[in-house]
Amino acid sequence: MSANLIWLLWEATLQTLYMVAASTVLGTVFGLPLGVFLATSQRGELLSSPWANKVLGLMVNATRSVPFIILVVAIIPLTRAIVGTSIGTNAAIVPLTLAAIPFIARLVENAIREVDVGLIEAARAMGATPMQIITKVLVREARPGIALGLTLAVVSLIGYSAMVGAVGGEGLGDLGIRYGYQRFMPDVMLAVVVILIVLVQLVQSIGEWIAARFDKRAPRNRGR
Amino acid sequence: MTGNTAADAAISFEKVGKAFAGPGGARIMALEDVTLHVEPGAICGIIGRSGAGKSTLLRMVNGLERPTSGTVTVTGYDVGRANSTALRAIRREVGMIFQHFNLLASRTVTGNIALPLEIAGEPADRIRARVADLIARVGLDGLAGRYPAELSGGQKQRVGIARALATQPKVLLSDEATSALDPETTQTVLRLLADINRDLGLTILLITHEMAVVRDIASHMAVIEGGRIVESGPTYDIFTRPTHPTTRSFLGGVTGLALPAFIAGRLLDHRPDGPSEEVIRVTFAGNHATDPMLSKLAVEKGIASNILAGAIEEVGPHPFGNLLISVDAARGAEARAYLEQHGLLTEVLGHVR
Repeated sequence: MSANLIWLLWEATLQTLYMVAASTVLGTVFGLPLGVFLATSQRGELLSSPWANKVLGLMVNATRSVPFIILVVAIIPLTRAIVGTSIGTNAAIVPLTLAAIPFIARLVENAIREVDVGLIEAARAMGATPMQIITKVLVREARPGIALGLTLAVVSLIGYSAMVGAVGGEGLGDLGIRYGYQRFMPDVMLAVVVILIVLVQLVQSIGEWIAARFDKRAPRNRGR
Repeated sequence: MTGNTAADAAISFEKVGKAFAGPGGARIMALEDVTLHVEPGAICGIIGRSGAGKSTLLRMVNGLERPTSGTVTVTGYDVGRANSTALRAIRREVGMIFQHFNLLASRTVTGNIALPLEIAGEPADRIRARVADLIARVGLDGLAGRYPAELSGGQKQRVGIARALATQPKVLLSDEATSALDPETTQTVLRLLADINRDLGLTILLITHEMAVVRDIASHMAVIEGGRIVESGPTYDIFTRPTHPTTRSFLGGVTGLALPAFIAGRLLDHRPDGPSEEVIRVTFAGNHATDPMLSKLAVEKGIASNILAGAIEEVGPHPFGNLLISVDAARGAEARAYLEQHGLLTEVLGHVR
């Protein structure tokens, strides 16, 4: 493999990392509060507002039902309005973020619903406000679950980021298609796949390590 | 609770009712016409079966539930009508401990005890000092940095108690706090609660389904059944003179009140013809609890008695006993008169041939 190709692989890897990192950060900024709201706004819950819960839930489901490749194409006008173009890494961040938000929101919602309701009751009995219960109890106790959920989201976004390569994005997916597939260079294809595997492994291991650091509950398999 | 006025009570329920919307719009009454006053510094135990409404009653004191009728006041505040800001202020004066502890798994002992102080917006240096005091108070020295998963059940409940005391409340609510603990640990936790009650003058309202808990620490008690208080008063009085069948069935487990099966099956309401025995429950209370009254009955009156069941117990510092005896029915009245003359309580349960 020529030095030029190795340079291309390096550049594509950085582009992928950039797209994934940006969409993870943006997806979390919007998805985390959305997930918290979904987990606490059903009738009788902390932020009880059943209508808003229903409407947002429907929007989340609708976005998650659209296949990612269709989503990318369908929101091209939005992408152009935000970034000014529909081609390149910055443009790819728009659909990636849009896919990440509802996905992360659902993962956060699940993690928060796992928190024992007894803790909410205890916090209410201490005179906590709903906001204090959310920040000091729910999100804090759900950190191991949220960390694992975000790991899952990042892994999915690595896959999605390769997909945007097919429609004008850059990064490893784009490289794999243009060189590996269209120019029939199996070594490039192989290199792209290996890099993706390594990335996913790394993300998974780091995510699990962080989740374990947060998790102070009794180990589940001890004593068996 | 012995007083009839709400004015000087730490906790008072006045004709409190709670209705829930049941399936199909039916109203389910969880509590009906509950009136109960708990004096400052008392330990009041509410005993009832699951579903009797005791949990709803307890949760009204700190506004986790609101009454649908009547008034609940705690340290002078009307809880049922407080808005959410006032309610949060009231809750800082009312600590609560739970059956399953409800500790945050992600916080250490220190962090858990600090939580109510953080919520109240206390400065960090005052929180540190207060938490250190509390850890010593409940006997958790050396465990400050542990997580709940690393503690035993008894230690977890001590953290729960320290957390409940953090904001220096006037009232402590205990929701089956010892029901998940083994008997030995239960004793140590109850002792801690009694110490706190004595040292801090804290009023404690506890709910339980175990009569032994009430017997060991409650100065007053109430029995709840089907959403109504069926009997209430000083614990000693209720233990020695229970009137309601529910109270008796709870007492049966701890005081030898229950008839042994071999007698219960043969018991007749009326004295049959011919020779028979009268079955009497004798309650020894106070100073008489340790007197050898049955021996005296035999010596002085020549009436032999047959002991069927019995136990001597302590309610707080007072010993009292229950004996089930049978005597010749012809001399039953005489025997009862003798025993009552000597300060014992008797009750005819029935007759056996």
